[in-house]
Amino acid sequence: MSDRLHPYFRFDSLVVGAANRLAATAARSVAESPGAGYNPLFVYADPGLGKTHLLMAIGHLALEINPNLRVEYLTLDDFVEAFHTALAAGQGDAYRRHVGEADLLLLDDVQFLAHRREMQAELIRLTDYMQTEERQIVLASDRPPAEIEALDDRLIRRFAGGLVVDIAAPDFETRAAILSRRARERKATFDRDVVDAVAGLPFNNVRELIGALNRLIALQAVEETPLGAMEAVAFLQGEKDPPTHDLPVPVVVAASPPPEVPVSVEAAADVRSATSDEAAADEFGSFLSEVAATVSHQVESWRSRVAEHILRWEGQGYRTARLEALLEEDVPADIDVVLEAYQRDIDRLQELASEAEALASDIAGSAVFRDPDQVAAAEDLVARAQEGVTSPPGPSPLWQLEDLVESGGNRVALRSASAVAQDPGVRYNPLVIVGGSGRGKTHLLHGIGNVLAAREGAVVACLDAADFTSQLIDALEQERVAQWRTRYQRATALLIDDVNLLAGKERTQEELYILFNKLQADDRQMVFTSAVPLAELTGIEPRLLTRLEGGLVVELPAPERDIRLAVADRLLRAKLDLEDDELAAYLASRPVESVRSLHGLVQRVLTAAEVQNTTPTAALAREVLEGPPGRRPARPRRVRSSGIVPPTAGGPRSHEKMVWTWPDAGDRVIEEWR
Amino acid sequence: MSLVNFTAREITCKIVYYGPGRSGKTSNLQYIYGRVPQDRRGKMVSLATASDRTLFFDFLPIDLGSISGFTTKFQLYTVPGQVYYNATRKLVLQGADGVVFVADSQARRFDENMESLQNLQENLLAEGTDIRDMPLVYQYNKQDLPADLIMSPSELDDALNFRSVRSFSSDCLHGSGVFETLKGVSELVLQKLAAGAPA
Repeated sequence: MSDRLHPYFRFDSLVVGAANRLAATAARSVAESPGAGYNPLFVYADPGLGKTHLLMAIGHLALEINPNLRVEYLTLDDFVEAFHTALAAGQGDAYRRHVGEADLLLLDDVQFLAHRREMQAELIRLTDYMQTEERQIVLASDRPPAEIEALDDRLIRRFAGGLVVDIAAPDFETRAAILSRRARERKATFDRDVVDAVAGLPFNNVRELIGALNRLIALQAVEETPLGAMEAVAFLQGEKDPPTHDLPVPVVVAASPPPEVPVSVEAAADVRSATSDEAAADEFGSFLSEVAATVSHQVESWRSRVAEHILRWEGQGYRTARLEALLEEDVPADIDVVLEAYQRDIDRLQELASEAEALASDIAGSAVFRDPDQVAAAEDLVARAQEGVTSPPGPSPLWQLEDLVESGGNRVALRSASAVAQDPGVRYNPLVIVGGSGRGKTHLLHGIGNVLAAREGAVVACLDAADFTSQLIDALEQERVAQWRTRYQRATALLIDDVNLLAGKERTQEELYILFNKLQADDRQMVFTSAVPLAELTGIEPRLLTRLEGGLVVELPAPERDIRLAVADRLLRAKLDLEDDELAAYLASRPVESVRSLHGLVQRVLTAAEVQNTTPTAALAREVLEGPPGRRPARPRRVRSSGIVPPTAGGPRSHEKMVWTWPDAGDRVIEEWR
Repeated sequence: MSLVNFTAREITCKIVYYGPGRSGKTSNLQYIYGRVPQDRRGKMVSLATASDRTLFFDFLPIDLGSISGFTTKFQLYTVPGQVYYNATRKLVLQGADGVVFVADSQARRFDENMESLQNLQENLLAEGTDIRDMPLVYQYNKQDLPADLIMSPSELDDALNFRSVRSFSSDCLHGSGVFETLKGVSELVLQKLAAGAPA
């Protein structure tokens, strides 16, 4: 009822500072258009910070704007008392209507809802009703809704659905402004430094501040001399004895009463007067409310339990259809069994969700992890995710870093590789190895990969760019791109061979670009090889190319003689445990463009020796590689031609593969025999 | 009789006031009748003898309205206290959800109290109910009489209430203790009902 609004508590008298600006703005907005904006508005603050002031100010302003509004200001105690009285008189519904049909309901001290389940239920109904009817409800409490003990979650949610705003303790400036304004209103004059000094004292709330001001006004009135700042502070801090005259503090206070919350209980009284005082009704009413409480606690206890579970899990975002269905039943089966099963399913879902989060964060948000009726689907999803995160292809153990032979030409590349292998993600990231075919890029790449893979917890992805693309295509086909991504995002190092093969593969480049950024952000090592110098690489998006160029680009040149010698020597030792410097030197002297070609030469010599059942020698090698001395390749006997072989004739083009050019008869025999 | 009908969302409690003749059972119901708003009570049916003793039984239906979505009704019955109406007592006791044993506090009526209590036990047993399973409270009525005529509640507790159920002192004519007793038995009935209802 609007006549309970204290005339002092208006927006005009409210000092707005940083601490209460938001609350004051929200309050004004509510007063200007009740029911339209923040509904309900819940204001909380420690005692004495102006909650009641704000509530009443809303009431005043709303009435100024529209005097026809029905504004109700009630403390929770008023509300409870009046409601109980009404219930006892059998007028519960009438009172509900009376309160619910207010245009603006200002309910103070709602912290006293703690442990009052029936009033909480009543307030839920009231809030719902008022919201539906677009009537404004504003509540004030000394603590946030969540901290009101045993407050129904539904109420908390309803409050949160409006606006919950707090008022903090006023800052120094606001305190000074409050003091000045109050002193002015009280027609008292203080020096600026007195105000500042008092504002600087650690008062917890505005009430204490006003109390201090009251004491100062009284002191100044008695002493009839202006107070100094030091004196005021000393007096307030009790360092100075009060003047010998009795301070007429109560009188002063009474002359201008501090704005305390009106304590009238007219609301309750009205209802009381409207009802019969007959003890009869009281007795029956009290019996009724006890029975109601017992019924709701006892009879409906299983429903309450189910409802609590629904609220709890709903609040956490789980589907509660199974439990809701339970409520539809008249006599449900064993509730405990159902609740336990539901809880088990939730636990399982949580387990699965965290597994999924680790596997593929994008599927972790799937709705199946929130539906206990879909545990099987969630398990399936996780299983599929697990398939997707089988480790990416790793480096081949055949290629070890230490097998590479260092020479002047490849020193930079090898040392960079070692540095990367020692400090992955720190030194050179990415490392890009450029070099022609067969020069050892792949060996170097896998060699680095093997060193990195030996580290604890390492997941090294090492593969050819073409494989990378085809895996992506498969993933796209199977709609498992997320898993595919996860597979690589989990990698602690990514090594891609022949990155030049990504030319024109736009989608793969896009994925690689995203992966690149993620891995680089996580300081994970990346190594790429390219058969084409980056500057000559076409068909690669600039954003990816510049990133590759941004790392360390090293070149593997054609193998020098030192390398060839070392490689030949090692191959001979490895294959036959053979130590033949002459043979090794001969092989190293052959002009080859790559180590791979040298491998081919060695293999040819070894095969020939094996066929002839002899030990490979330099002479044999010479014979194999250069042909027997003085022997010319025989002309093909069956082909008679002008020497021009038409391309459509289908004849062999590689003389190496023609039987008659084979240097050794043994080969022919075997070939024919085969 | 179905105490809770979940389908019809209805709770019906049958409470029987039991005790020796002239102990004040009908007075309990009359007092309650006078305190229940008109729209909440049905007609009180009372069949009395010419000497104003209950011949058959009193019946007072009370509609408590909707509680937690259940239409809640209490049916209060009294049995005829006089010994020779045992068949009626048995009939009334059938399907009772709770019993208020109204004892006459006058010392000279002690034997009748004992007799009635034994009769209650027997009748319940005959119906297949152990008195220990029945929500039961004691009401020591007529505590307003001069102290030298009556036994105190603690004496009555010692003498009658060997199961230590809840007991209430009352003065039914003036109403003291009447609603307390009703509340007491209702609570027990509803608790048992909850225990019997699906958990």
